[in-house]
Amino acid sequence: MKKENKKTNIMDNFVDQINQNKKLKYALICLLLCVAIALPKIGLSSFIIRVFTMIALYAILGLSLNLITGYTGQVSIGHAGFCAIGGYTSALLNVHFGMTFIFSAICAMIVAGILGLLIGAPTLRLSGTYLTIATLGFGEIVRMMALNWDWLTGGALGVSGITRPVIFGFELTTFNGGLYYLVLVLLLLVSLAIYMIIRSKMGRAFMAIRDDELAATLMGINTTRYKITSFVISAMLTGLGGAFYVHMVRFIDPNTFNFDISILIISIVILGGMGTMKGIYLGAALLISFPECLRFASEYRFIIYGLILVLMMRFKPEGILGGQSKKPYKMPSGIEGDYQ
Amino acid sequence: MISQLIFDGLTLGMVYALVAVGYSLVFGILRLVNFSHGSVYAFGAHIAMVVVVTMGYGLIWGLCASIIVTGLLGVAIDKISLEPLRKKKSKQISALITTIGISYIIQNSLMIIFGSESKWFPKIFDLGIIKIGSVSLKSTQVGIFLTSLALLLILSYVIHYTKIGLAMRAIEQNSKAASLMGIDVNQVVSFTFFLGGASAAIAGTLISGYYQVINPQMGFIVGLKAFSAAVLGGIGILHGAVVGGVLVGLSESFAANYLGGGYRDAIAFLILIIVLILKPTGLFGKKHIEKV
Amino acid sequence: MKTKNKLLLEVQNLSISFGGLKAVDEVTFKVHEGEIVSIIGPNGAGKTTIFNLLTGIYKSDSGKVVFDGEEIQNRTPQEIVKAGIARTFQNIRLFKEMRVIENVLTGMHINTDYNFVDLLFRTKKFRTIEKEKTLKAIEILDSIGLADKISDYPSNLPYGDQRRLEIARAIATDAKIIILDEPAAGMNPQESEELLQFIKTLVQKGYTILLIEHDMSVVMNVSDRIYVIDHGRKVAEGLPEEIANNKLVIEAYLGKEVEDCA
Repeated sequence: MKKENKKTNIMDNFVDQINQNKKLKYALICLLLCVAIALPKIGLSSFIIRVFTMIALYAILGLSLNLITGYTGQVSIGHAGFCAIGGYTSALLNVHFGMTFIFSAICAMIVAGILGLLIGAPTLRLSGTYLTIATLGFGEIVRMMALNWDWLTGGALGVSGITRPVIFGFELTTFNGGLYYLVLVLLLLVSLAIYMIIRSKMGRAFMAIRDDELAATLMGINTTRYKITSFVISAMLTGLGGAFYVHMVRFIDPNTFNFDISILIISIVILGGMGTMKGIYLGAALLISFPECLRFASEYRFIIYGLILVLMMRFKPEGILGGQSKKPYKMPSGIEGDYQ
Repeated sequence: MISQLIFDGLTLGMVYALVAVGYSLVFGILRLVNFSHGSVYAFGAHIAMVVVVTMGYGLIWGLCASIIVTGLLGVAIDKISLEPLRKKKSKQISALITTIGISYIIQNSLMIIFGSESKWFPKIFDLGIIKIGSVSLKSTQVGIFLTSLALLLILSYVIHYTKIGLAMRAIEQNSKAASLMGIDVNQVVSFTFFLGGASAAIAGTLISGYYQVINPQMGFIVGLKAFSAAVLGGIGILHGAVVGGVLVGLSESFAANYLGGGYRDAIAFLILIIVLILKPTGLFGKKHIEKV
Repeated sequence: MKTKNKLLLEVQNLSISFGGLKAVDEVTFKVHEGEIVSIIGPNGAGKTTIFNLLTGIYKSDSGKVVFDGEEIQNRTPQEIVKAGIARTFQNIRLFKEMRVIENVLTGMHINTDYNFVDLLFRTKKFRTIEKEKTLKAIEILDSIGLADKISDYPSNLPYGDQRRLEIARAIATDAKIIILDEPAAGMNPQESEELLQFIKTLVQKGYTILLIEHDMSVVMNVSDRIYVIDHGRKVAEGLPEEIANNKLVIEAYLGKEVEDCA
């Protein structure tokens, strides 16, 4: 126990030092980026590269869910449904109209956003539970539609023959590292967008709703509108993740994004820490790599996801990296001086 | 034809009502949607299957065993996972996520133990066709209908005419005041989970005996339908759950017939969304006044 | 002297009942600009319900609320805040997982005027407004003595600071009138005295204050006028010294037997 305390102290000191020394901080970030970029070029097997790609993909999905669940306080357990919507939209546009990834992914985001609006608008006027139930139903309805609307989705056979993303005539594969770089860029864009949202009046409105919806209302925040906005953005980014995935595996069927995926995404958010960004990266890294590392446990991995939800809520509801930050508040650019 | 559809719907509806009551009871007391309820229902059916199919006892024994074991599972869920959260005064979202986790653990445990494929379950109340005038009824349906009705009456009696039922209603009104009156709130909540688990077990067994198949994921859709039923009737209100269950059962039966089997499961969801848009408090619900 | 000021808030025959019980029954009162007006009454008299009606959380059954010349009884809570009425809560309702300064910035939500594109691309407009609002939030926090706790979380603050932070958050909305729901609840005499001094300084800065309190002694020294509510009805109104000697008020607080004893 004591030893552990000491360890965290050393960690804290280390983190403090990094924070105090801005140059060191930027150097570390650069180093991390360089390592991330160099990964496919240092002779790692394409299996490992694929695991990293999946981690980045699930970080995107986790960040998206985190926006509505972690920051806005509304639990969705049907996010796999938005992956599926994004995936099918992108796949069908690609296969039938020859649309390339960039355009089909944008359409996928739009369609996922519209469905998010359709689910969110009636349910988010009410207390959070109704959204949870509706998203549970939504995930299942999407699966049933995918299964039954043969004329559109190919039914149980799914859609195959989806082309890989092509950029400037260059086909991105796992082997040449292109898919990995693409997902890295997407992750960077999604992270930036979410960071911009969180550190603005919109993000503050989301968090105010999470912490006390009535008090938020009495600050003049249109809580319903902000909840819907958060949910729609979350749905769009999740749709983007789904679109990327189908272009990577070049196939989608009704079971590609099932309930297990929804639970995996929410486990990532809960484990890493609701309402943090760094927690989500960690959560994705842990939960995506562990079935690969512990093959013998893979049969029980779904039970482990369930246990993560239950045990974290019981013993560490803020997640591994969540909770109150000890760092001073980061002032917006242009404010100098020492405000603690 | 129409009368057959109506009776199909009534039969299903009564079973949904049994499951819906479980949602409503817990919601009434804890203001929590218990997401583990659907998998508790599947668990109950599997216990009955073990006793009836594997061990070869009669249906009655299967039902009894299922009621007790599943009821106790309900109590265990509350004692192990939810009561500590109440003691810690955790946020509502924590309890919600916990029940999602529990649901997932139960469902996947069932899959590991019993396999994920569908298994056979014997037909229940199998006495052929009963003729009343010009209407012919399947004995299985009549049996299910009457059993569910009897159970709902018993539940209603327990809640309205027994001491523990009085305590449940008191906690629903004002849990703090009830606690000050000497009511052991945690004990009553556990009892509520027992009732919910037991009625889900019966519903699970009846439905398995009706369709003659059983699988670990069976609770997912039924849970959703029963929740829709509870919301339709006004969540937290017992007779609302029954009326909602019957309405969902009827719409399902008609939708399957006129729109095609593919829409059988979608109709409950449609009802849910429509209720939430038009009258979120449900048919019998009262407006909840938020204390500030 | 103060009554010469402009009429800011006028409540006329406001009523609401919950299932047969008249929680607020034909209540009428006025608040002028720059005044501190108190509504007092025993617990359960309907004081907080009046505030909930004023701020749009409940919809009244009948009666009018005229604020700054406009009828607002049918508006949403958001519209009412925008019109210029902000409040605090009896049981403090701060945003617990947000920092102190973020709580105040959230109070400025309605006056922070940039759109989604601005915030996503950090346009000049965004940066200017965000900087300006942050500086103003720091100024407000400084004025209530919380400048060194900007980065803290509300749950780590002492009780009195939490109360003041809640008032700061209400001020941040740029409200004309701030209504305080039992601000001294749970405070010791010294703390509540400090708080009352703070409220007085708010009036000097041009705010108008409407105050709820069940403890009469708290409001006697600060209020310009006092209204007394009991069982949802207004039983008395007047200057503090008039109220202190009003028989009906003493009855409301201590019960009818007082009369016989006296």
